[in-house]
Amino acid sequence: MNMPATQPVIQLRDVAKVYRTGEVEVHAVRRVSLDIQRGEFVAVMGASGSGKSTLMNILGCLDRPTSGSYLLDDVNVSGLSRGQLATLRNRKLGFVFQSFNLLARTSALENVELPMFYSKPLIRLREQRARATVALQKVGLGDRLGHHPSQLSGGQQQRIAIARALVNEPELVLADEPTGNLDSRTSIEIMGFFQELNDSGITIVMVTHELDIASYCKRIVVMRDGEVLSDKLNNERRLADSERAALNEAEKKADLAKP
Amino acid sequence: MKILLQAVFLRPLLTAMIALRSLRRNKLRSILTALGIIIGVASVVAMVAVGNGAQARIEGQVAALGQNLLLIFAGNRHSGGVNSGLGSASALTLADARALSTEIVDIVATSPEITTTGQAIANGRNWSTTVAGESPDYLKIRDWKLSEGSMFTDREVRSSAKVAIIGTKTARELFGPLDPMGQTVRVQNMPFVIIGVLASKGAGMGGQNQDDRLIIPYTTVMKRLTGDKYLRMINIQVASADRMDSAQQQITNLLRQRHRLSEGRDNDFNILNQKEIADTVGSISEIITMMLGAIAGMSLLVGGIGIMNIMLVSVTERTREIGIRVAVGAQASDILTQFLIEAITLSLLGGTIGVLSGIGLSKLVGMFADFQAIVSPGSIVLAFSVSFAIGVFFGFYPARKAAKLDPIDALRYE
Repeated sequence: MNMPATQPVIQLRDVAKVYRTGEVEVHAVRRVSLDIQRGEFVAVMGASGSGKSTLMNILGCLDRPTSGSYLLDDVNVSGLSRGQLATLRNRKLGFVFQSFNLLARTSALENVELPMFYSKPLIRLREQRARATVALQKVGLGDRLGHHPSQLSGGQQQRIAIARALVNEPELVLADEPTGNLDSRTSIEIMGFFQELNDSGITIVMVTHELDIASYCKRIVVMRDGEVLSDKLNNERRLADSERAALNEAEKKADLAKP
Repeated sequence: MKILLQAVFLRPLLTAMIALRSLRRNKLRSILTALGIIIGVASVVAMVAVGNGAQARIEGQVAALGQNLLLIFAGNRHSGGVNSGLGSASALTLADARALSTEIVDIVATSPEITTTGQAIANGRNWSTTVAGESPDYLKIRDWKLSEGSMFTDREVRSSAKVAIIGTKTARELFGPLDPMGQTVRVQNMPFVIIGVLASKGAGMGGQNQDDRLIIPYTTVMKRLTGDKYLRMINIQVASADRMDSAQQQITNLLRQRHRLSEGRDNDFNILNQKEIADTVGSISEIITMMLGAIAGMSLLVGGIGIMNIMLVSVTERTREIGIRVAVGAQASDILTQFLIEAITLSLLGGTIGVLSGIGLSKLVGMFADFQAIVSPGSIVLAFSVSFAIGVFFGFYPARKAAKLDPIDALRYE
């Protein structure tokens, strides 16, 4: 089936999520409608409690909206069972988390193989290994295949997570504060990866509360109190390459300034 | 077809691989968990083996008494409140023995028995031993063989011949390494020629050494040694096992009649039925085996609870891992299977090592006890299936708990 190029990957219509804790109803997300096209790189911003994490969980098919409809790649997610959601996540989504969420005491290669374990139809072990190796080479960890997460730096761990998110060739990569646990240099590096991925055609939605991280994206959605406050294209987009160059320049100056 | 094959065969295999990897990642914990099952299974296998061994040994001793054996003891004598014990009453006579063997067709052999103790002197040494007067049928009735020589004959019984069969223990005490055959042994100053040596039989049911005795014709004891007219007991062999009870009944009737016991008076004799002894001993040792097995089974149960405990801890500890797996597309059934396989692998691993150490333990017991522990295939199969069942039973609850975790909570779990 050939999708028209204008068909959005994500279509949210009046999506709301209500949590009930005892007597109190918490409206985490109220009436959000949002379209995300193929090839977009969207930042969802907002303070804690703004509903951005809940929205992310819904987008990631980890949670179902209380009302409204969510079409992911033309499939209505609202009506799916837990098992069907799992299958959908496996086929169409890749996750990158703030705390990396890698399996401890498990090699980089096995971590990246993980989503393929649960793929249907089954993927041959040899092919799994080959694809995981390629994915790790893409993120520059081709020489760290057998390393465990504890033997690697934060930036390297997040790159394993990115490789894991990409290995099943998803429609959409969801990143939840991917630079939250990283220093600024490594953050630039990771954002550079995301920009490269996006340039190669992968759709990315990223949750962050830092404006300078969001400014690497093409579009910025700001949320407050469960509603979309603003939704604008980012005209002053930062590029990781020039940021890195600027950082190097600044460090060189700082070095020269030393007696 | 291909999809079916994948669903039924390959996917569980893949899940098993994941499960094994995660067990390998936690080697020490896995081994400690399996240890509970190892001890449980090993003790079941060893205990049942020891019980079976003891049972076989006891049953062997009962069988060694002879075949289809009835022992008639003269009754106990009461005199002024003093009970002198079995065989003390002067009730059984030679005439009784003859009447039994001629009138009851089920009896194939009888041996009247009178025993006395005496100082046997030979080869310049002396030794206090049991002197038993028997008939030539005695060895056949008691299923006893001679290692040398031959039994005395009916003619020698009729002539109260001074011949003796010697037990191995008595022979060793009197003659040392010398061959006792044809030697003379004196009892109460009467010389007996040794015409046969008994095969060794070891300790009897009561623990007394059956190899320490002289067997001579019963007539010789009665006429030449003690002058007694009464028998201590009569050994009887019945034609077949299924005639035992009827033979016992006929003997009772005949003896009551001969002893003129009116209705309502107690028997002045006792009949020991080998089958009854065997049945009683058999059921007692079976109960002991079952009790040993049950105690060992408890430790197997404790081992199972240990598995559940560790699996529960493991589920909590690995909440995040479960969250990650579910997030990247694992189905609830994948998680359930993974944890179930982990539990079953642990318990089967424990089962295997347990069976092996149980066999080892049984061999060890066999080296120290005076019987061989018998490892029965049944107990191995049982221990295996029980440990598998324990894995499933105690693994299911934690596995289900893991499968039910909400991925959002699981990913946020610290």
